[in-house]
Amino acid sequence: MKAIKEKHSLAMRWCHWVNFPILTIMIWSGMLIYWANDEYSVTLFGHTFFRFFPDWFYNTLKIPHRLSEGMAFHFLFMWFFTLNGVIYILYTLISGEWRELAPKKNSFKEAWLVLLHDLHIRKTAPPQNKYNAAQRIAYTTIILMGIGSVITGLAIYKPVQFYYLAWLCGGYHFARVLHFALTLGYVFFFVVHVVQVLLAGWNNFRSVISGFEVVNEDVKPATQTANENAHTKEKV
Amino acid sequence: MRTRKKKSEKELTIEQKINRRNFLSFAAFAVLAGGAYEGWRLLYKSPDEAAGITAGAHKPLRRALNKTELVFRRLFSNNHLVKTYPKSMAAKRVRVNSDIGIEAEKKFDPATWKLQVVKKPGDVFKVSLDELKALPKTEIIYDFKCVEGWDQIQHWAGVRFSDFMAHYKLDNLAKMQYVGMETPDKAYYVGIDMASAMHPQTLLAYEVNDQPLPLNHGAPLRLIIPVKYGIKNLKRIGTISFSNSRPRDYWAEQGYDYYSGL
Repeated sequence: MKAIKEKHSLAMRWCHWVNFPILTIMIWSGMLIYWANDEYSVTLFGHTFFRFFPDWFYNTLKIPHRLSEGMAFHFLFMWFFTLNGVIYILYTLISGEWRELAPKKNSFKEAWLVLLHDLHIRKTAPPQNKYNAAQRIAYTTIILMGIGSVITGLAIYKPVQFYYLAWLCGGYHFARVLHFALTLGYVFFFVVHVVQVLLAGWNNFRSVISGFEVVNEDVKPATQTANENAHTKEKV
Repeated sequence: MRTRKKKSEKELTIEQKINRRNFLSFAAFAVLAGGAYEGWRLLYKSPDEAAGITAGAHKPLRRALNKTELVFRRLFSNNHLVKTYPKSMAAKRVRVNSDIGIEAEKKFDPATWKLQVVKKPGDVFKVSLDELKALPKTEIIYDFKCVEGWDQIQHWAGVRFSDFMAHYKLDNLAKMQYVGMETPDKAYYVGIDMASAMHPQTLLAYEVNDQPLPLNHGAPLRLIIPVKYGIKNLKRIGTISFSNSRPRDYWAEQGYDYYSGL
């Protein structure tokens, strides 16, 4: 028999969907800023494999000559990005949801098994609660990355007033590299995240908008680890 | 969203409950997403500010820049110093990024140059380079930062702006809000809040790498202000003036933040 099983709180859904457009705007406006001095590349032994970014990239995204506009957008939306992140972190701490999110001792070992399972190398996935081990690591890492972006961002933005942050980030120059690398990290996270969501299916996706999943209660009592796992093959 | 209607109504079936909650949550999501998109469009297409002391930015974004400036001005302190480096780390070839106001084809003779200090309109006194060189010399080797994103460790020397103000007994003028500086041809100009100008690392510089400034670095005298981006480090200072309202500023008229503080 079908039953409604609560999954995501309203606060979590709100922060998730507010963050998405804000982070998009931060990345876009960050690109407008980075363009003005696009010096980063992947170079090994004198050979440049990839330059951030090739001309076609800027031309496609219509990025050139908008440094001041990029800064103006970036320094407005940084407030919203930070505020939303603070609200989310406070919420998870106060509600106790962090217990579902923080990696546990065995999470790193388990995450490997989850990966093997997701790649169809291993048949079974380790048992889990709301999130599997790989998700725990990913969703905690992305929060730490967010904090990292704020800290490296402040270190670049006011390197004299926040001289201790600049020092913490290995200096102004390196803080800028980190800030850029974290942004690449978000894009990578986004790609993996979307693929996983697509693979996990409708029931899982809906729960991030409506908050609940539909489960078949007669399989197992709902309090157990019944189907919140996107990886079980149950049809909804 | 889980609230049920009056108890008198029939208990909903599980299917109805699912459908109802689906509908409500997706409708709310669509409305909020639409609102967010509309809000973004309004902001993105918002008109530019009226051109004045600042220009070239979307009106709401300029407002945000000015508000944000107020927040970060509170954190400003003369005790927050830019990091300094040993002389050996200073760049031998100091980057030249702009020549606005000091173009090579412009006629300019550093030998006849004098700094004009406008105490108030009509009350101007002139200072020669030798007079400035007679004041205590301060050196700084620090990471010069351009708004474009590049930075370079450079070695400058000159008179502390605060020493200059004290020597010429301009303490009353130091109580005003802003300092304005312009090139002799008035083609490049900056406005700086007094706190940043009086910062102990702000120099009226006449040397780079222990040599007199070359023309392309703003001979004979330029501003070196480590608490600001390069755009505020005016080359070839012609006049210095004081005011309680923002003096005109070249890049603030091109959409950049007026404060541009670091």
